[in-house]
Amino acid sequence: MNFFTRSSSPTLRLGICAVLSLALMVSDHHRQHAVWVRSALSVVVYPVRLAVSTLFVELPGDVVAWLSTRDALIQESESLRHQLLVLGSRIERLQELEGENRRLRELLESSARIEDRVLVASVLGVDIDPTSSGLVLDKGTQHGIRSGQSVIDANGVLGQVQHAGPISSTVVLITDTSHALPVVLSRNGLRSVAVGGGPTGDLDLAYVPKDADIEVGDLLVSSGLGGRFPAGYPAATVIKVETARGGSYAEVRLRPLADLKRAREVLVVFPSDGAAEGTDAG
Amino acid sequence: MDRPPVVPVGIIVASFAAAFVLTGLPMAGWAAPWRPPWVALVLLYWCFAVPERVGVLTGWGCGLILDVLVGTLVGQHALALGVVAWIARRIYRRVRLLPLWQQGVSVFGVMMVDQLIVSWVTGMRGLPVDALAHLSVPLAGAVVWPWIFLILRRVRRRYQIE
Repeated sequence: MNFFTRSSSPTLRLGICAVLSLALMVSDHHRQHAVWVRSALSVVVYPVRLAVSTLFVELPGDVVAWLSTRDALIQESESLRHQLLVLGSRIERLQELEGENRRLRELLESSARIEDRVLVASVLGVDIDPTSSGLVLDKGTQHGIRSGQSVIDANGVLGQVQHAGPISSTVVLITDTSHALPVVLSRNGLRSVAVGGGPTGDLDLAYVPKDADIEVGDLLVSSGLGGRFPAGYPAATVIKVETARGGSYAEVRLRPLADLKRAREVLVVFPSDGAAEGTDAG
Repeated sequence: MDRPPVVPVGIIVASFAAAFVLTGLPMAGWAAPWRPPWVALVLLYWCFAVPERVGVLTGWGCGLILDVLVGTLVGQHALALGVVAWIARRIYRRVRLLPLWQQGVSVFGVMMVDQLIVSWVTGMRGLPVDALAHLSVPLAGAVVWPWIFLILRRVRRRYQIE
């Protein structure tokens, strides 16, 4: 066992490292044992992410806030107060609607939707690799996060937890090419699947018949089918409908409602009993 | 065997930590393919300067951390940086004698191998590969190399890391 001693040749070491790398890559690609390695390493990487977030994101923000004049702050506080008033009145109306909704559901004898439990997490950073799109959150298994949980922001569905480490977790965005989100058209209940469009930052609706009733501006909400995402969260709006000549499906382009590029704080939704347990993401 | 003193090891670790933080530096979309491969550059410097201490295993370990940091497959950068360290081991005697700008040319070549291995794996997974990055990343690395070299040499002499 003189592999780790200085006398062994670099070529031998490289060979062993290469074999190990290949094994890890294959395992990681199929989401098997390498997940453990990823978990362990995410603890090592955490301070680096924290440093990046503090040095390059928060510090400049603090400096800007410190430099901004009193007038600007007063203006901001005024606009926030205004916003609060608007939102407060909207909530009043929503509470009334929720009550009505519950009564109607009781009449229909269907289970009332319980308010989902959520956890606020800060975005520590984004994946640097331009070929993938993901976020890193500052909460992990220690805070109860499991892979597969859905992540939302104030405007809509953002993505789902792909991998949960002990103190941080990675989120795959709904715009990732490997991601598909079951949705329903809120206007007429048409069901479909929104597939991520990759670097374009948009989504595509899969397998929509040419004659489907769908228009630009329509709102799509998560349908809850598949049991991974809770139903009823707004996801995207239709920005383009096109039918290629000769094709049997319409090409429908969607724009996500959530602010995927600039989200700083997000909500991780805990599944209400029974939904989305265990199984790996993807 | 003498135990290596603690301070130099700490300095080497700190320089890698700085490289990881720089890797995480947020950059505008257009500038992303021009991000210098900081970790690979620092690794290359130490491989050239203290080949008995920093080699294939260090490169491999740094690669694993880099994989988790940037979100690639675990093992992808590890393989690439292992190869980088191995090449460095074979050429350090010659490169150390070259003037800085010629070192930059060698660095360009090594960084290109690094980049090719990483994008080869990305391509095998069926993900889109940024063709510009094949040239822009090694070029950015070669441009930054003289500064990395001068700064780290100063650090190395200050703490007498041999």
